[in-house]
Amino acid sequence: MNRTLYDKIWDEHKIHENSDGSSLVYIDRHLIHEVTSPQAFDGLHLKNRNVWNKNTIYAVSDHNVPTINRELGINDDISKLQVDTLISNCKKHEISYFDLNDVNQGIVHVIGPELAITQPGMTLVCGDSHTSTHGALASLAFGIGTSDVEHVLATQCINITKEKNMRINVNNTLNPLVTAKDLILHIIKSIGTSGGTGYTIEFSGKCIESLSIESRMTICNMSIEAGAKSGLVAFDENTYNYMMDKKYSPSKKYLSEAIKYWETLKSDNHSKFDQDINFDADLITPQVSWGTSPEMTVDVTGQVPDPELEKNSEKKESIQRAIDYMGLKPNDPIQEIMLDKIFIGSCTNSRIEDLRAAASVIKGEKIASNISQAIVVPGSGHVKMQAEEEGLDKIFLKAGFEWRQPGCSMCLGMNDDNLLPHERCASTSNRNFEGRQGDKGRTHLVSPAMAAAAAIKGHFINVIDFINEK
Amino acid sequence: MKNKVIQGQVIPINQSNIDTDAIIPKQYLKSINKSGFGPYLFDSLRYMDPGDLATTSKRKENPDFILNKKPFRNGSIIVANDNFGCGSSREHAVWALKDYGIQAVISTSFADIFYRNSFKNSLLLIIIKKSELETIFRSLTTNPIYNLTIDVQNQTITTPDETCIQFDISDSEKERIIFDLDDIELSLKHADKIRDYESKIKLKKPWLFNKNNE
Ligand code: SF4
Repeated sequence: MNRTLYDKIWDEHKIHENSDGSSLVYIDRHLIHEVTSPQAFDGLHLKNRNVWNKNTIYAVSDHNVPTINRELGINDDISKLQVDTLISNCKKHEISYFDLNDVNQGIVHVIGPELAITQPGMTLVCGDSHTSTHGALASLAFGIGTSDVEHVLATQCINITKEKNMRINVNNTLNPLVTAKDLILHIIKSIGTSGGTGYTIEFSGKCIESLSIESRMTICNMSIEAGAKSGLVAFDENTYNYMMDKKYSPSKKYLSEAIKYWETLKSDNHSKFDQDINFDADLITPQVSWGTSPEMTVDVTGQVPDPELEKNSEKKESIQRAIDYMGLKPNDPIQEIMLDKIFIGSCTNSRIEDLRAAASVIKGEKIASNISQAIVVPGSGHVKMQAEEEGLDKIFLKAGFEWRQPGCSMCLGMNDDNLLPHERCASTSNRNFEGRQGDKGRTHLVSPAMAAAAAIKGHFINVIDFINEK
Repeated sequence: MKNKVIQGQVIPINQSNIDTDAIIPKQYLKSINKSGFGPYLFDSLRYMDPGDLATTSKRKENPDFILNKKPFRNGSIIVANDNFGCGSSREHAVWALKDYGIQAVISTSFADIFYRNSFKNSLLLIIIKKSELETIFRSLTTNPIYNLTIDVQNQTITTPDETCIQFDISDSEKERIIFDLDDIELSLKHADKIRDYESKIKLKKPWLFNKNNE
C-alpha cells in the first residue's frame, strides 16, 4: 500500500483501535503553557493521578506575560497567579519549564522547533490550536482542549479518529516580496475557514520545497484557520539542515539512526489523497484581510467587497456585519485604509526570517505620524538575541517601533498589549476575529513586509510598489 | 436502557463561523478554574461595557443581543449556522456554554477541536441538514417561543409542530452524553499496551528519550 506522510506517522503511533473506530495514539511530545493547563493539573490532582512520562513534556509561559520590564515581575495579580500555578505544577511533577527570563523562553510554537523539542516523525500536542505549526518539521502536531491535556498528561496517549488526507500542491515559486503568509492567506480565501475541516493537510509542490522551514511553519500555523487541525510538510534537505545543532537535537550517538527514520517521512508516490487542490504560487500577490474571519481576504490591490453583489442572503449579512464591525465601506480600496497600530509578532510571523523581512523594508525610514504605536515582539529569546546581533532592533527603534520581550502579546492581548476600541491594526498574526486583539479592535492580517510598509505609509500599500519607489 | 432527553427553548444565532473568541473572550482565560464562566458567555456581544475577572460592578446589557431578550434568555439549545466553534482550542468556550445552561448546540457543521471539547464535557452537538436548519430559523421568526425536544438514545429532535428530525451520532458520543465517563480511566485499561509500546520505541527511536543528549 502506498501511504501518505500522515498515514505513516499515524500507523507508527497507533497503539490500539477502539470499537467505535477511534484509536489510542501515543504522543511523543507534549507542550504546555499557563492558560490551558491549570485545570488539567487540577483534574489530575483531584483523582490522585500521576504524570505518565514527565520527560516528554516541556512547559513555558507565553500567552499572558508582559513584554516590557519583565525583570520586574508580573504586575497583574490574576496573570501572575496563572504563571505561578504553571511553575508550581511543573515543580511538583518535575517537568522542564522555561522561565520568563530564560533565553529559551518564547511563544510555545516558536521555541518547540527552535530548540528541536519538535522533531520529524513525532506526534506532538499542545493545548493550543496553532500547534499545527510544528507540522512544518514533518511531525503530526495538533491542538487539543484542556480535557485532552489532562488525558495526555495521565496516559501519554489520546483517543482520536483518523482524519482524511488532503494535499495542497503549490506549483512554481513565489515572486519577490510575496511571502508564505500571502500564500496561506490566499489558500484560506480560496478554500474557506472550514475547507480543511476533517482533514490533515499536506502541503507539497515546487513552491513548498523551495521555502525555508520558517516559511513552512507560517503555512502550517494557519492550517487551523482553514479548519484543519494539522498541516504537514515532508522531510527534506531543508528539514535536515534545520534539525542540526539545536539544544535538543538528537545526539551524535543516535543521529544516523534518527536520519534513517526521518528519510521515510514523505508520502509514497501514487499515495491516495481524499482531496487534491492545486495553486500557482507565481500568480499570488500580497494579501490583506478586510473582515473578521481569515477567509475575508483580498489582494492588496483589491477593495472591500460589496454585500449587494452577494446573492446568498446569509453570506450577504455576514459581509455586511464584518464591514460594519471593521468600520469600512463597500468598495473601499484596500490601499486607502488608514491604520492606527502595527503589530509584528505572533507564532505565525515572529521568527528571525520575519523580522529580517520587516527590517529590510523599514531600513532608513520612519513610521507615519498617524501610527500611534508600532511594536515588534520577537517570538523567543533566541530570536531576539539573533536579531540584536544583526542590528535589526536598531533599525526598528530608529524607525519608531518599540522592541519588546518575547510572548504572544498583541496577537490576543491577554497582557497589556491591546487595541483600544475601534483602533485599526496591521497585524502579522493569524486571527482577525471580533475583539481578538482588544475589545472592538480592528485587525487586518498581513505579512511582515506588508506590515512594515504600512507602518511607513500609515495606510496599506503594495509592498512591491513601495520597494520599487524607494 | 438509560436515556437522556433534553428539552428547551431555542436560541437562534443565524451566523456562520462563530469563533471561540466570541464565545468566551481572552480576558477570562486567566482564570485557573473550570466553572463560573456562564456570566461571561458571549461577553463582548452581551454587554455594553467591557469587563474582566476583576469586574464587580453590574454590567450594562446590550438589549439587542439575543441572550438579553425574552424568551431566549432562558434558552438551553443554541441553533447556529455553519462552522460553529472555530478558532482557538480554549475549552473555556464549552465550560461557558455549559455554565450558562446550554445543553445542546445544533448546526450544519462544527470546528474539530470544539467538537471534541464539547463531548468531553457532555455538551451535545448535533449536525443537521442546511434545509432543516433553515426551517427552524424560519419558524422562529414567526414564533419566538420555540421548544425542541431532543431524544439522545433515539437520535431525534422534535419541533413544536411535531416534526421529527433524525440525526447521526456515534455510539461513543451517545454514551458520553448519557453517562458521565472517565476517559482517563478507560484509557488506562490499556496501560500495559502503552508501556509495551513505550519500551519498544525506546529501542527503535532512542533519540526521542535522550533529553540531555548523552
Ligand atoms: S501567538 Fe497568538 S496564535 Fe500563537 S500561540 Fe500565542 S496567542 Fe496563540
